[in-house]
Amino acid sequence: MFSAKIWKLGDDIDTDIILPTEYLAFETVQEMKPYAFSPLRPDLASKIQPGDMIVAGNNFGCGSSREQAPEVVKALGVSCIVAKSYARIFFRNAINNGLLLIEQPDLFDEVSEGDIAEVTPGKEIKVNGKSYDIASLPDNLTEILEAGGLVKAMRKRNGLD
Amino acid sequence: MAMTMAEKIIAAAAGKESCKAGDIETVTVDKMMSNDGTTHLTIDMYNNLKNPHIADVSKLVWIIDHNIPADSPKTAASHKKMREFAKENGITFYEGEGVCHQIMMENHVRPGELIFGADSHTCAYGALGAFGTGVGCTDYLYSIVTGTSWLLVPETIRFNLHGSLKPGVYARDLILTIIGKISANGANYKAMEFAGEGLHDLSIADRIAICNLCVEAGAKTALMEVDDVAMDYLKEHGREPKAIFKSDDDAEFSEVYDIDLSEIEPIVAKPHFVDNIAPAKDCSDVKIDEAFLGSCNNGRIEDLRVGAAVIKGKHVHPKVRFFVVPASRAVYKQALKEGLLDIFMEAGAMVMNPNCSVCWGACQGVIGEGETLISTGTRNFKGRAGHKDSFVYLASAATVAASAVAGYITVAEDL
Repeated sequence: MFSAKIWKLGDDIDTDIILPTEYLAFETVQEMKPYAFSPLRPDLASKIQPGDMIVAGNNFGCGSSREQAPEVVKALGVSCIVAKSYARIFFRNAINNGLLLIEQPDLFDEVSEGDIAEVTPGKEIKVNGKSYDIASLPDNLTEILEAGGLVKAMRKRNGLD
Repeated sequence: MAMTMAEKIIAAAAGKESCKAGDIETVTVDKMMSNDGTTHLTIDMYNNLKNPHIADVSKLVWIIDHNIPADSPKTAASHKKMREFAKENGITFYEGEGVCHQIMMENHVRPGELIFGADSHTCAYGALGAFGTGVGCTDYLYSIVTGTSWLLVPETIRFNLHGSLKPGVYARDLILTIIGKISANGANYKAMEFAGEGLHDLSIADRIAICNLCVEAGAKTALMEVDDVAMDYLKEHGREPKAIFKSDDDAEFSEVYDIDLSEIEPIVAKPHFVDNIAPAKDCSDVKIDEAFLGSCNNGRIEDLRVGAAVIKGKHVHPKVRFFVVPASRAVYKQALKEGLLDIFMEAGAMVMNPNCSVCWGACQGVIGEGETLISTGTRNFKGRAGHKDSFVYLASAATVAASAVAGYITVAEDL
Protein backbone atom coordinates (compact mmCIF):
# COMPACT_ATOMS: atom_id res chain seq x y z
CA MET A 1 0.00 0.00 0.00
CA PHE A 2 1.20 3.52 -0.73
CA SER A 3 -0.22 7.04 -0.48
CA ALA A 4 -0.11 9.42 -3.42
CA LYS A 5 -1.20 12.97 -4.20
CA ILE A 6 -3.47 13.21 -7.25
CA TRP A 7 -2.78 15.32 -10.35
CA LYS A 8 -5.83 15.29 -12.56
CA LEU A 9 -5.82 15.36 -16.38
CA GLY A 10 -8.66 14.80 -18.87
CA ASP A 11 -9.61 12.38 -21.66
CA ASP A 12 -7.38 11.55 -24.65
CA ILE A 13 -4.07 12.70 -23.13
CA ASP A 14 -1.96 11.99 -26.22
CA THR A 15 1.74 11.24 -26.53
CA ASP A 16 2.47 14.65 -28.08
CA ILE A 17 1.09 16.17 -24.86
CA ILE A 18 3.04 13.77 -22.64
CA LEU A 19 6.25 14.59 -24.50
CA PRO A 20 6.21 16.89 -27.56
CA THR A 21 8.23 15.89 -30.64
CA GLU A 22 10.78 18.69 -30.29
CA TYR A 23 12.16 17.15 -27.08
CA LEU A 24 12.48 13.56 -28.37
CA ALA A 25 16.02 14.13 -29.61
CA PHE A 26 17.30 14.88 -26.10
CA GLU A 27 19.84 12.27 -25.14
CA THR A 28 18.56 11.56 -21.66
CA VAL A 29 15.17 11.33 -20.10
CA GLN A 30 16.41 13.68 -17.34
CA GLU A 31 16.70 16.46 -19.94
CA MET A 32 13.17 15.72 -21.17
CA LYS A 33 11.55 15.88 -17.72
CA PRO A 34 10.77 19.63 -17.53
CA TYR A 35 8.77 19.40 -20.79
CA ALA A 36 6.42 16.57 -19.86
CA PHE A 37 2.79 17.60 -20.40
CA SER A 38 4.01 21.08 -21.43
CA PRO A 39 1.54 21.78 -24.28
CA LEU A 40 -1.32 21.27 -21.83
CA ARG A 41 0.13 22.37 -18.48
CA PRO A 42 3.61 23.91 -18.79
CA ASP A 43 4.14 24.03 -15.01
CA LEU A 44 2.96 20.49 -14.20
CA ALA A 45 6.32 18.73 -14.52
CA SER A 46 7.89 21.07 -11.98
CA LYS A 47 5.05 20.51 -9.50
CA ILE A 48 4.89 16.71 -9.62
CA GLN A 49 6.80 15.21 -6.67
CA PRO A 50 8.15 11.66 -6.57
CA GLY A 51 5.37 9.34 -5.42
CA ASP A 52 2.50 11.46 -6.79
CA MET A 53 -0.07 9.88 -9.10
CA ILE A 54 -1.87 10.94 -12.25
CA VAL A 55 -5.62 10.43 -12.63
CA ALA A 56 -7.12 10.70 -16.11
CA GLY A 57 -10.15 9.82 -18.22
CA ASN A 58 -10.39 7.67 -21.34
CA ASN A 59 -7.71 6.76 -23.85
CA PHE A 60 -4.65 7.91 -21.91
CA GLY A 61 -1.49 7.76 -24.05
CA CYS A 62 -3.14 7.68 -27.47
CA GLY A 63 -0.99 8.41 -30.49
CA SER A 64 2.64 7.71 -31.12
CA SER A 65 4.67 4.65 -30.09
CA ARG A 66 7.38 6.95 -28.65
CA GLU A 67 8.61 5.19 -25.55
CA GLN A 68 9.94 8.46 -24.20
CA ALA A 69 6.33 9.16 -23.12
CA PRO A 70 6.05 6.54 -20.34
CA GLU A 71 9.78 6.92 -19.63
CA VAL A 72 9.41 10.60 -18.82
CA VAL A 73 6.38 9.97 -16.60
CA LYS A 74 8.35 7.30 -14.76
CA ALA A 75 11.36 9.63 -14.49
CA LEU A 76 9.17 12.28 -12.83
CA GLY A 77 8.67 9.72 -10.08
CA VAL A 78 4.96 9.18 -10.76
CA SER A 79 3.95 6.14 -8.70
CA CYS A 80 1.05 5.11 -10.92
CA ILE A 81 -1.52 6.33 -13.41
CA VAL A 82 -5.20 5.65 -12.80
CA ALA A 83 -7.33 6.14 -15.91
CA LYS A 84 -10.63 4.97 -17.32
CA SER A 85 -8.76 3.40 -20.24
CA TYR A 86 -5.38 3.42 -22.01
CA ALA A 87 -4.29 3.38 -25.64
CA ARG A 88 -2.70 0.00 -26.26
CA ILE A 89 0.83 0.94 -27.37
CA PHE A 90 1.23 3.25 -24.36
CA PHE A 91 -0.08 0.47 -22.11
CA ARG A 92 2.60 -1.97 -23.27
CA ASN A 93 5.32 0.67 -23.21
CA ALA A 94 4.45 1.73 -19.65
CA ILE A 95 4.48 -1.83 -18.31
CA ASN A 96 7.72 -2.49 -20.20
CA ASN A 97 9.25 0.47 -18.35
CA GLY A 98 7.95 -0.62 -14.97
CA LEU A 99 5.30 2.13 -14.73
CA LEU A 100 2.17 0.93 -12.92
CA LEU A 101 -1.08 1.56 -14.83
CA ILE A 102 -4.47 0.98 -13.19
CA GLU A 103 -7.81 0.95 -14.99
CA GLN A 104 -10.68 2.27 -12.91
CA PRO A 105 -13.97 3.52 -14.41
CA ASP A 106 -15.39 5.67 -11.57
CA LEU A 107 -12.56 7.27 -9.63
CA PHE A 108 -11.79 9.99 -12.21
CA ASP A 109 -15.26 11.52 -11.97
CA GLU A 110 -15.30 11.59 -8.17
CA VAL A 111 -11.90 12.90 -7.07
CA SER A 112 -10.23 16.31 -7.22
CA GLU A 113 -6.68 17.38 -7.89
CA GLY A 114 -4.74 17.48 -4.65
CA ASP A 115 -6.71 14.65 -3.01
CA ILE A 116 -4.61 11.96 -1.38
CA ALA A 117 -5.20 8.36 -2.47
CA GLU A 118 -4.19 5.18 -0.71
CA VAL A 119 -3.38 2.56 -3.33
CA THR A 120 -3.25 -1.18 -2.68
CA PRO A 121 -2.21 -2.62 -6.07
CA GLY A 122 -4.41 -5.42 -7.34
CA LYS A 123 -7.05 -4.64 -4.71
CA GLU A 124 -8.36 -1.12 -4.10
CA ILE A 125 -7.79 2.62 -4.09
CA LYS A 126 -9.17 4.68 -1.19
CA VAL A 127 -9.87 8.40 -1.70
CA ASN A 128 -11.94 10.69 0.58
CA GLY A 129 -13.18 7.70 2.55
CA LYS A 130 -14.47 5.86 -0.51
CA SER A 131 -13.01 2.60 -1.79
CA TYR A 132 -12.63 1.84 -5.51
CA ASP A 133 -12.02 -1.75 -6.63
CA ILE A 134 -9.13 -2.37 -8.99
CA ALA A 135 -8.20 -5.54 -10.85
CA SER A 136 -4.87 -7.36 -10.74
CA LEU A 137 -2.77 -7.45 -13.86
CA PRO A 138 -2.20 -10.81 -15.58
CA ASP A 139 0.77 -12.77 -14.17
CA ASN A 140 3.08 -12.11 -17.13
CA LEU A 141 2.62 -8.34 -16.78
CA THR A 142 3.01 -8.44 -12.98
CA GLU A 143 6.33 -10.24 -13.45
CA ILE A 144 7.52 -7.44 -15.78
CA LEU A 145 6.32 -4.67 -13.47
CA GLU A 146 7.85 -6.20 -10.36
CA ALA A 147 11.18 -6.63 -12.10
CA GLY A 148 11.08 -2.92 -13.05
CA GLY A 149 10.47 -3.40 -16.77
CA LEU A 150 10.73 -5.92 -19.61
CA VAL A 151 14.50 -5.85 -20.03
CA LYS A 152 15.06 -6.42 -16.31
CA ALA A 153 12.44 -9.19 -16.34
CA MET A 154 14.25 -10.87 -19.25
CA ARG A 155 17.52 -10.75 -17.33
CA LYS A 156 15.93 -12.17 -14.22
CA ARG A 157 14.19 -14.92 -16.20
CA ASN A 158 17.46 -15.84 -17.88
CA GLY A 159 19.35 -15.84 -14.58
CA LEU A 160 21.56 -12.92 -15.57
CA ASP A 161 20.91 -10.80 -12.50
CA MET B 1 -13.57 -23.29 -35.21
CA ALA B 2 -14.56 -20.15 -37.10
CA MET B 3 -11.85 -17.51 -36.98
CA THR B 4 -11.28 -13.92 -38.02
CA MET B 5 -8.42 -12.90 -40.28
CA ALA B 6 -6.54 -11.49 -37.26
CA GLU B 7 -6.98 -14.76 -35.34
CA LYS B 8 -5.74 -16.78 -38.32
CA ILE B 9 -2.59 -14.68 -38.78
CA ILE B 10 -1.77 -14.84 -35.06
CA ALA B 11 -2.46 -18.59 -34.90
CA ALA B 12 -0.09 -19.15 -37.82
CA ALA B 13 2.57 -16.96 -36.15
CA ALA B 14 2.11 -18.92 -32.92
CA GLY B 15 2.42 -22.25 -34.77
CA LYS B 16 -1.09 -23.24 -33.75
CA GLU B 17 -4.18 -24.51 -35.52
CA SER B 18 -6.37 -21.87 -33.93
CA CYS B 19 -6.67 -19.11 -31.35
CA LYS B 20 -9.41 -16.77 -30.25
CA ALA B 21 -9.86 -13.17 -29.16
CA GLY B 22 -8.73 -12.72 -25.55
CA ASP B 23 -6.02 -15.41 -25.70
CA ILE B 24 -2.44 -14.36 -25.08
CA GLU B 25 -0.17 -16.00 -27.64
CA THR B 26 3.58 -16.15 -28.04
CA VAL B 27 4.25 -15.39 -31.69
CA THR B 28 7.22 -15.54 -34.04
CA VAL B 29 7.46 -12.12 -35.66
CA ASP B 30 7.99 -12.16 -39.46
CA LYS B 31 9.53 -8.70 -39.87
CA MET B 32 10.62 -5.92 -37.54
CA MET B 33 10.81 -2.34 -38.83
CA SER B 34 12.29 0.56 -36.91
CA ASN B 35 12.99 4.19 -37.84
CA ASP B 36 15.03 7.10 -36.54
CA GLY B 37 12.25 8.15 -34.15
CA THR B 38 13.44 5.67 -31.51
CA THR B 39 16.08 3.27 -32.93
CA HIS B 40 18.86 5.06 -31.03
CA LEU B 41 17.07 4.10 -27.80
CA THR B 42 16.82 0.47 -28.94
CA ILE B 43 20.56 0.43 -29.70
CA ASP B 44 21.39 1.84 -26.24
CA MET B 45 19.26 -0.83 -24.57
CA TYR B 46 20.72 -3.53 -26.81
CA ASN B 47 24.27 -2.54 -25.94
CA ASN B 48 23.40 -2.74 -22.24
CA LEU B 49 22.29 -6.38 -22.51
CA LYS B 50 24.66 -8.93 -21.09
CA ASN B 51 24.47 -11.20 -24.14
CA PRO B 52 23.35 -9.00 -27.02
CA HIS B 53 22.41 -10.88 -30.17
CA ILE B 54 19.81 -10.68 -32.94
CA ALA B 55 17.70 -13.80 -33.49
CA ASP B 56 17.39 -13.43 -37.29
CA VAL B 57 18.89 -10.33 -38.83
CA SER B 58 17.21 -10.98 -42.20
CA LYS B 59 13.90 -9.97 -40.59
CA LEU B 60 15.03 -6.47 -39.62
CA VAL B 61 14.45 -3.33 -41.70
CA TRP B 62 15.76 0.00 -40.44
CA ILE B 63 14.77 3.26 -42.08
CA ILE B 64 15.89 6.84 -41.52
CA ASP B 65 12.84 8.90 -42.46
CA HIS B 66 11.70 11.13 -39.60
CA ASN B 67 14.48 13.73 -39.53
CA ILE B 68 16.21 13.38 -42.87
CA PRO B 69 18.28 15.38 -43.73
CA ALA B 70 19.47 15.73 -40.12
CA ASP B 71 18.34 19.02 -38.63
CA SER B 72 20.75 19.23 -35.68
CA PRO B 73 24.02 17.76 -34.40
CA LYS B 74 21.96 15.61 -31.99
CA THR B 75 19.98 14.13 -34.87
CA ALA B 76 23.16 13.62 -36.89
CA ALA B 77 24.66 11.69 -33.97
CA SER B 78 21.54 9.56 -33.61
CA HIS B 79 21.57 8.79 -37.35
CA LYS B 80 25.25 7.90 -37.23
CA LYS B 81 24.65 5.46 -34.41
CA MET B 82 21.81 3.82 -36.36
CA ARG B 83 23.71 3.75 -39.67
CA GLU B 84 26.83 2.19 -38.15
CA PHE B 85 24.91 -0.39 -36.12
CA ALA B 86 22.93 -1.42 -39.21
CA LYS B 87 26.13 -1.82 -41.23
CA GLU B 88 27.99 -3.77 -38.53
CA ASN B 89 25.10 -6.15 -38.06
CA GLY B 90 24.02 -6.55 -41.69
CA ILE B 91 20.57 -5.01 -41.19
CA THR B 92 18.60 -3.98 -44.28
CA PHE B 93 18.87 -0.21 -44.17
CA TYR B 94 17.33 2.74 -46.00
CA GLU B 95 18.20 6.39 -45.61
CA GLY B 96 16.35 9.18 -47.38
CA GLU B 97 14.47 6.69 -49.56
CA GLY B 98 11.09 7.60 -48.14
CA VAL B 99 8.68 7.31 -45.26
CA CYS B 100 9.13 3.97 -43.49
CA HIS B 101 5.65 2.57 -44.16
CA GLN B 102 5.82 3.43 -47.86
CA ILE B 103 9.25 1.75 -48.10
CA MET B 104 7.81 -1.31 -46.35
CA MET B 105 4.83 -1.47 -48.71
CA GLU B 106 6.99 -1.05 -51.82
CA ASN B 107 9.66 -3.56 -50.77
CA HIS B 108 8.82 -5.86 -47.88
CA VAL B 109 5.24 -6.45 -46.70
CA ARG B 110 3.66 -9.76 -47.71
CA PRO B 111 0.10 -10.98 -47.08
CA GLY B 112 -0.22 -13.19 -44.00
CA GLU B 113 2.85 -11.83 -42.23
CA LEU B 114 2.91 -10.59 -38.66
CA ILE B 115 5.03 -7.43 -38.62
CA PHE B 116 6.22 -5.28 -35.73
CA GLY B 117 7.09 -1.67 -36.38
CA ALA B 118 8.48 0.72 -33.80
CA ASP B 119 5.99 3.24 -35.11
CA SER B 120 2.28 3.52 -34.41
CA HIS B 121 1.21 3.67 -38.07
CA THR B 122 2.52 0.15 -38.78
CA CYS B 123 -1.13 -0.90 -39.03
CA ALA B 124 -0.89 0.37 -42.65
CA TYR B 125 0.36 -3.07 -43.75
CA GLY B 126 -3.16 -4.46 -43.56
CA ALA B 127 -3.62 -2.97 -47.03
CA LEU B 128 -1.76 -6.07 -48.25
CA GLY B 129 -3.38 -8.47 -45.79
CA ALA B 130 -0.52 -8.39 -43.25
CA PHE B 131 -0.94 -7.94 -39.49
CA GLY B 132 1.18 -4.84 -38.81
CA THR B 133 1.22 -3.43 -35.31
CA GLY B 134 3.07 -0.60 -33.62
CA VAL B 135 5.30 -1.27 -30.63
CA GLY B 136 7.63 0.75 -28.44
CA CYS B 137 11.37 0.29 -28.48
CA THR B 138 11.46 -2.14 -25.54
CA ASP B 139 8.98 -4.50 -27.20
CA TYR B 140 10.96 -4.01 -30.39
CA LEU B 141 14.20 -4.92 -28.64
CA TYR B 142 12.60 -8.05 -27.17
CA SER B 143 11.38 -9.11 -30.61
CA ILE B 144 14.73 -8.67 -32.34
CA VAL B 145 16.63 -10.49 -29.58
CA THR B 146 14.22 -13.39 -29.12
CA GLY B 147 12.50 -13.40 -32.53
CA THR B 148 9.21 -13.57 -30.64
CA SER B 149 6.76 -11.54 -28.57
CA TRP B 150 3.45 -11.96 -26.78
CA LEU B 151 0.21 -10.65 -28.21
CA LEU B 152 -3.29 -10.41 -26.84
CA VAL B 153 -5.45 -11.74 -29.68
CA PRO B 154 -7.73 -8.82 -30.57
CA GLU B 155 -11.43 -8.78 -31.19
CA THR B 156 -12.32 -7.59 -34.68
CA ILE B 157 -14.63 -4.80 -35.80
CA ARG B 158 -15.76 -5.53 -39.34
CA PHE B 159 -16.52 -2.80 -41.88
CA ASN B 160 -18.39 -4.00 -44.95
CA LEU B 161 -17.89 -1.45 -47.72
CA HIS B 162 -20.55 -1.11 -50.40
CA GLY B 163 -20.78 0.93 -53.60
CA SER B 164 -18.20 3.49 -54.71
CA LEU B 165 -16.87 6.85 -53.56
CA LYS B 166 -18.26 9.83 -55.49
CA PRO B 167 -15.88 11.87 -57.66
CA GLY B 168 -14.04 14.39 -55.45
CA VAL B 169 -14.28 12.11 -52.41
CA TYR B 170 -11.28 10.04 -51.31
CA ALA B 171 -10.27 7.15 -49.07
CA ARG B 172 -9.04 9.69 -46.56
CA ASP B 173 -12.52 11.19 -46.29
CA LEU B 174 -13.81 7.66 -45.71
CA ILE B 175 -11.43 6.76 -42.89
CA LEU B 176 -11.83 10.16 -41.18
CA THR B 177 -15.60 9.64 -41.33
CA ILE B 178 -15.22 6.17 -39.79
CA ILE B 179 -12.95 7.44 -36.99
CA GLY B 180 -15.42 10.26 -36.31
CA LYS B 181 -18.16 7.65 -36.07
CA ILE B 182 -16.43 5.19 -33.74
CA SER B 183 -14.24 7.79 -31.89
CA ALA B 184 -10.54 8.08 -31.10
CA ASN B 185 -10.65 4.98 -28.90
CA GLY B 186 -13.54 3.20 -30.60
CA ALA B 187 -11.29 0.36 -31.72
CA ASN B 188 -8.89 0.33 -28.77
CA TYR B 189 -7.05 -3.03 -28.58
CA LYS B 190 -9.11 -4.28 -31.55
CA ALA B 191 -8.50 -5.12 -35.20
CA MET B 192 -10.39 -3.12 -37.82
CA GLU B 193 -11.16 -5.34 -40.80
CA PHE B 194 -12.44 -4.04 -44.13
CA ALA B 195 -14.24 -6.19 -46.66
CA GLY B 196 -17.15 -6.08 -49.08
CA GLU B 197 -17.47 -5.38 -52.78
CA GLY B 198 -16.72 -1.69 -52.22
CA LEU B 199 -13.15 -2.64 -51.30
CA HIS B 200 -12.34 -3.92 -54.80
CA ASP B 201 -12.72 -0.43 -56.29
CA LEU B 202 -10.12 1.01 -53.94
CA SER B 203 -6.49 1.25 -55.08
CA ILE B 204 -3.60 0.08 -52.88
CA ALA B 205 -2.92 3.78 -52.16
CA ASP B 206 -6.51 4.15 -50.92
CA ARG B 207 -6.19 1.00 -48.85
CA ILE B 208 -2.96 2.16 -47.21
CA ALA B 209 -4.57 5.52 -46.37
CA ILE B 210 -7.44 3.68 -44.67
CA CYS B 211 -5.40 1.09 -42.75
CA ASN B 212 -2.68 3.56 -41.76
CA LEU B 213 -5.10 5.82 -39.90
CA CYS B 214 -6.81 3.04 -37.93
CA VAL B 215 -4.44 3.57 -35.01
CA GLU B 216 -6.15 6.95 -34.61
CA ALA B 217 -9.21 4.97 -33.51
CA GLY B 218 -6.96 3.01 -31.13
CA ALA B 219 -6.75 -0.11 -33.32
CA LYS B 220 -4.06 -2.71 -32.76
CA THR B 221 -4.07 -3.49 -36.45
CA ALA B 222 -6.09 -3.01 -39.63
CA LEU B 223 -6.73 -5.78 -42.14
CA MET B 224 -8.10 -6.06 -45.64
CA GLU B 225 -8.85 -9.13 -47.67
CA VAL B 226 -6.31 -9.84 -50.39
CA ASP B 227 -7.90 -9.58 -53.85
CA ASP B 228 -6.67 -9.20 -57.44
CA VAL B 229 -5.74 -5.55 -56.84
CA ALA B 230 -3.45 -6.59 -53.98
CA MET B 231 -2.04 -9.54 -55.93
CA ASP B 232 -1.28 -7.29 -58.93
CA TYR B 233 0.56 -4.85 -56.64
CA LEU B 234 2.62 -7.68 -55.16
CA LYS B 235 3.45 -9.05 -58.60
CA GLU B 236 4.51 -5.59 -59.84
CA HIS B 237 6.83 -5.32 -56.85
CA GLY B 238 8.20 -8.85 -57.26
CA ARG B 239 6.79 -10.50 -54.13
CA GLU B 240 4.69 -13.53 -53.26
CA PRO B 241 2.28 -13.86 -50.31
CA LYS B 242 3.34 -15.71 -47.18
CA ALA B 243 -0.26 -16.88 -46.82
CA ILE B 244 -3.66 -15.54 -47.73
CA PHE B 245 -6.21 -15.47 -44.93
CA LYS B 246 -9.76 -14.21 -44.78
CA SER B 247 -12.29 -14.26 -41.97
CA ASP B 248 -14.63 -17.23 -41.97
CA ASP B 249 -18.23 -16.44 -42.88
CA ASP B 250 -19.32 -17.38 -39.36
CA ALA B 251 -16.41 -15.68 -37.58
CA GLU B 252 -17.33 -13.63 -34.53
CA PHE B 253 -16.98 -9.85 -34.79
CA SER B 254 -17.40 -7.48 -31.86
CA GLU B 255 -19.23 -5.04 -34.11
CA VAL B 256 -20.21 -4.95 -37.77
CA TYR B 257 -20.72 -1.74 -39.77
CA ASP B 258 -22.14 -1.52 -43.28
CA ILE B 259 -20.88 1.56 -45.05
CA ASP B 260 -22.29 2.97 -48.27
CA LEU B 261 -19.28 4.63 -49.91
CA SER B 262 -21.51 6.88 -52.05
CA GLU B 263 -22.69 8.66 -48.89
CA ILE B 264 -19.20 9.83 -47.87
CA GLU B 265 -18.47 13.56 -48.29
CA PRO B 266 -15.21 15.57 -48.09
CA ILE B 267 -14.28 15.71 -44.41
CA VAL B 268 -11.84 17.54 -42.19
CA ALA B 269 -10.68 16.56 -38.71
CA LYS B 270 -10.53 19.75 -36.65
CA PRO B 271 -8.08 20.51 -33.83
CA HIS B 272 -7.08 18.75 -31.64
CA PHE B 273 -8.42 15.26 -32.36
CA VAL B 274 -8.70 12.99 -35.34
CA ASP B 275 -12.30 12.09 -34.40
CA ASN B 276 -13.35 15.78 -34.25
CA ILE B 277 -14.72 15.73 -37.78
CA ALA B 278 -16.82 18.16 -39.79
CA PRO B 279 -17.86 18.45 -43.43
CA ALA B 280 -15.07 20.34 -45.26
CA LYS B 281 -17.73 22.62 -46.74
CA ASP B 282 -18.59 23.91 -43.26
CA CYS B 283 -15.05 25.09 -42.50
CA SER B 284 -14.68 27.97 -44.99
CA ASP B 285 -14.28 30.43 -42.10
CA VAL B 286 -10.93 28.83 -41.22
CA LYS B 287 -8.01 30.78 -42.72
CA ILE B 288 -4.79 28.82 -43.17
CA ASP B 289 -1.10 29.74 -42.99
CA GLU B 290 0.33 26.48 -44.27
CA ALA B 291 -0.72 23.44 -46.30
CA PHE B 292 1.00 20.05 -46.41
CA LEU B 293 0.60 17.27 -48.97
CA GLY B 294 2.60 14.20 -48.04
CA SER B 295 3.19 11.60 -45.25
CA CYS B 296 2.77 7.84 -44.95
CA ASN B 297 -0.95 8.46 -45.08
CA ASN B 298 -1.33 10.50 -48.24
CA GLY B 299 1.94 11.10 -50.07
CA ARG B 300 1.66 8.48 -52.80
CA ILE B 301 1.62 9.11 -56.55
CA GLU B 302 -2.19 8.84 -56.61
CA ASP B 303 -2.43 11.61 -53.98
CA LEU B 304 0.05 13.85 -55.82
CA ARG B 305 -1.99 13.39 -59.01
CA VAL B 306 -5.12 14.51 -57.16
CA GLY B 307 -3.37 17.55 -55.66
CA ALA B 308 -1.74 18.51 -58.97
CA ALA B 309 -5.04 18.28 -60.85
CA VAL B 310 -6.62 20.70 -58.35
CA ILE B 311 -3.79 23.25 -58.40
CA LYS B 312 -2.83 23.09 -62.10
CA GLY B 313 -2.88 26.55 -63.65
CA LYS B 314 -3.62 28.21 -60.29
CA HIS B 315 -1.37 29.75 -57.66
CA VAL B 316 -0.83 29.17 -53.97
CA HIS B 317 -2.42 31.99 -51.93
CA PRO B 318 0.16 34.71 -51.11
CA LYS B 319 -0.31 34.23 -47.37
CA VAL B 320 0.07 30.43 -47.52
CA ARG B 321 3.14 28.17 -47.57
CA PHE B 322 2.43 24.91 -49.44
CA PHE B 323 4.78 21.95 -48.92
CA VAL B 324 4.60 18.89 -51.17
CA VAL B 325 6.53 15.85 -49.96
CA PRO B 326 6.39 12.61 -52.01
CA ALA B 327 6.29 9.56 -49.71
CA SER B 328 9.24 7.80 -51.35
CA ARG B 329 11.95 8.16 -53.94
CA ALA B 330 9.91 5.96 -56.29
CA VAL B 331 6.92 8.26 -55.87
CA TYR B 332 9.14 11.32 -56.35
CA LYS B 333 10.61 9.95 -59.59
CA GLN B 334 7.21 9.00 -60.93
CA ALA B 335 5.84 12.45 -60.10
CA LEU B 336 8.79 14.02 -61.91
CA LYS B 337 8.14 11.84 -64.94
CA GLU B 338 4.48 12.78 -65.03
CA GLY B 339 5.24 16.50 -64.72
CA LEU B 340 3.41 16.77 -61.39
CA LEU B 341 6.30 18.43 -59.60
CA ASP B 342 6.44 21.07 -62.35
CA ILE B 343 2.77 21.79 -61.75
CA PHE B 344 3.29 22.17 -58.00
CA MET B 345 6.36 24.36 -58.39
CA GLU B 346 4.77 26.58 -61.03
CA ALA B 347 1.89 27.05 -58.60
CA GLY B 348 4.33 28.27 -55.94
CA ALA B 349 4.57 25.13 -53.79
CA MET B 350 7.82 23.96 -52.22
CA VAL B 351 8.64 20.35 -53.14
CA MET B 352 10.83 18.59 -50.60
CA ASN B 353 12.66 15.28 -50.23
CA PRO B 354 10.77 12.14 -49.16
CA ASN B 355 10.50 12.11 -45.35
CA CYS B 356 7.98 12.45 -42.53
CA SER B 357 8.24 16.22 -42.80
CA VAL B 358 5.45 18.45 -41.51
CA CYS B 359 3.38 15.51 -40.27
CA TRP B 360 5.49 14.95 -37.20
CA GLY B 361 6.39 18.50 -36.36
CA ALA B 362 10.16 18.36 -36.01
CA CYS B 363 11.98 18.19 -39.32
CA GLN B 364 10.44 20.68 -41.72
CA GLY B 365 7.63 23.19 -42.01
CA VAL B 366 6.97 23.54 -38.29
CA ILE B 367 4.19 26.05 -37.59
CA GLY B 368 4.40 28.93 -35.16
CA GLU B 369 2.23 30.34 -32.40
CA GLY B 370 -1.36 30.90 -33.46
CA GLU B 371 -0.81 29.46 -36.95
CA THR B 372 -3.12 27.08 -38.77
CA LEU B 373 -2.09 24.13 -40.95
CA ILE B 374 -4.21 22.02 -43.27
CA SER B 375 -2.54 18.67 -43.74
CA THR B 376 -2.72 15.21 -45.26
CA GLY B 377 -0.66 14.04 -42.27
CA THR B 378 -1.71 11.54 -39.68
CA ARG B 379 -2.46 13.58 -36.56
CA ASN B 380 -3.81 16.93 -35.41
CA PHE B 381 -2.98 16.74 -31.70
CA LYS B 382 -2.28 19.98 -29.84
CA GLY B 383 1.26 21.04 -30.73
CA ARG B 384 1.71 18.15 -33.16
CA ALA B 385 3.07 20.31 -35.99
CA GLY B 386 4.93 22.90 -33.95
CA HIS B 387 3.94 25.49 -31.35
CA LYS B 388 1.63 24.30 -28.58
CA ASP B 389 -0.81 27.06 -29.46
CA SER B 390 -1.25 26.20 -33.13
CA PHE B 391 -3.96 24.40 -35.06
CA VAL B 392 -3.94 21.41 -37.43
CA TYR B 393 -6.82 20.38 -39.70
CA LEU B 394 -6.59 17.01 -41.49
CA ALA B 395 -8.10 16.59 -44.94
CA SER B 396 -7.71 14.85 -48.31
CA ALA B 397 -5.08 15.80 -50.90
CA ALA B 398 -7.79 17.54 -52.93
CA THR B 399 -9.03 19.65 -50.00
CA VAL B 400 -5.47 20.51 -48.96
CA ALA B 401 -4.48 21.65 -52.47
CA ALA B 402 -7.71 23.62 -52.91
CA SER B 403 -7.26 25.29 -49.51
CA ALA B 404 -3.65 26.20 -50.36
CA VAL B 405 -4.99 28.17 -53.32
CA ALA B 406 -7.96 29.73 -51.52
CA GLY B 407 -6.17 30.66 -48.30
CA TYR B 408 -9.02 29.14 -46.30
CA ILE B 409 -10.47 25.64 -46.04
CA THR B 410 -12.42 24.72 -49.13
CA VAL B 411 -13.32 21.66 -51.15
CA ALA B 412 -11.87 21.51 -54.64
CA GLU B 413 -15.23 21.86 -56.40
CA ASP B 414 -15.84 25.24 -54.72
CA LEU B 415 -12.49 26.64 -55.77
